[in-house]
Amino acid sequence: MEIGLAHYLSVSAILLTLGIFGIFLNRKNVIVILMSVELMLLAVNINLVAFSSYLHDMVGQVFALFILTVAAGEAAIGLAILVVYFRNRGTIAVEDIHHMKG
Amino acid sequence: MIISTLAFYLFAALTVASAFMVISSKNPVHSVLFLILAFFNSAALFVLLGAEFLAMILIVVYVGAVAVLFLFVVMMLDINFSELRQGFLQYLPIGALIGFILMIELLMVVGGWSLSPDALQLSSAPTVAMTEMNNTEQLGNLIYTQYVYLFQIAGMILLVAMIGAIVLTHRQRTGVKKQVIAEQVYRRPEDSMVVRKVEPGQGV
Repeated sequence: MEIGLAHYLSVSAILLTLGIFGIFLNRKNVIVILMSVELMLLAVNINLVAFSSYLHDMVGQVFALFILTVAAGEAAIGLAILVVYFRNRGTIAVEDIHHMKG
Repeated sequence: MIISTLAFYLFAALTVASAFMVISSKNPVHSVLFLILAFFNSAALFVLLGAEFLAMILIVVYVGAVAVLFLFVVMMLDINFSELRQGFLQYLPIGALIGFILMIELLMVVGGWSLSPDALQLSSAPTVAMTEMNNTEQLGNLIYTQYVYLFQIAGMILLVAMIGAIVLTHRQRTGVKKQVIAEQVYRRPEDSMVVRKVEPGQGV
């Protein structure tokens, strides 16, 4: 059976859903929430690369490269905030983060 | 053809399974390791799609930098993870419901959607055959010409992320003794030595 665009889009849809499900499931653990966000970004990347490959257009891969950059920056900043928060409060439970009231 | 089909199903199944293990495993260290497995398998999917450069970048950036950063933070912070898992089952039904609805919607979109026949003519940067120019060369031809400003902005984003992470986590510690070479070199005997006459049997 020929592997078509729909196969790749299904994989990325399942990955995105697993990422959102992970955020609901691990509502207290910020680290796993960040990992779920990474999974969702990976799903977006698979989507872009699949379209780029099946439409014979390189621009999709360029966008995937930029998304990769943003994901790396987001992980670095997120984990840095996490480390600072843990240093100040001694916990990373999401429910304790209500001091900003915003 | 049969081999690439089998490879797709293998890598896709492994990606989805390890993504599931990421969100459901008890130990966050295991989560990070399964995240690495998911990244490796999706890099293999990228290779199957013909995007070799992005596949290698995915391994270098995600596995080599992001996942190791996660691993480092998980192991560095002394957290009672079993406490954080309280209420895991409390959110399971609503999460499963929303996830199920979203997945059905997405799969309906994927299933009930078809490519317009003239969509292939609309591509702004058509790929050429691998024998003429490889994937890395084609990507370079685009990002250094047409998308050079976006490329520069991506570099700026990484710079800002780096500076931000350093500024956030750097702290000036007080009460730390450090070696100061200049002070040691400028030290003279008269600064630190006193000659005293000690009488016998009396002490200083």
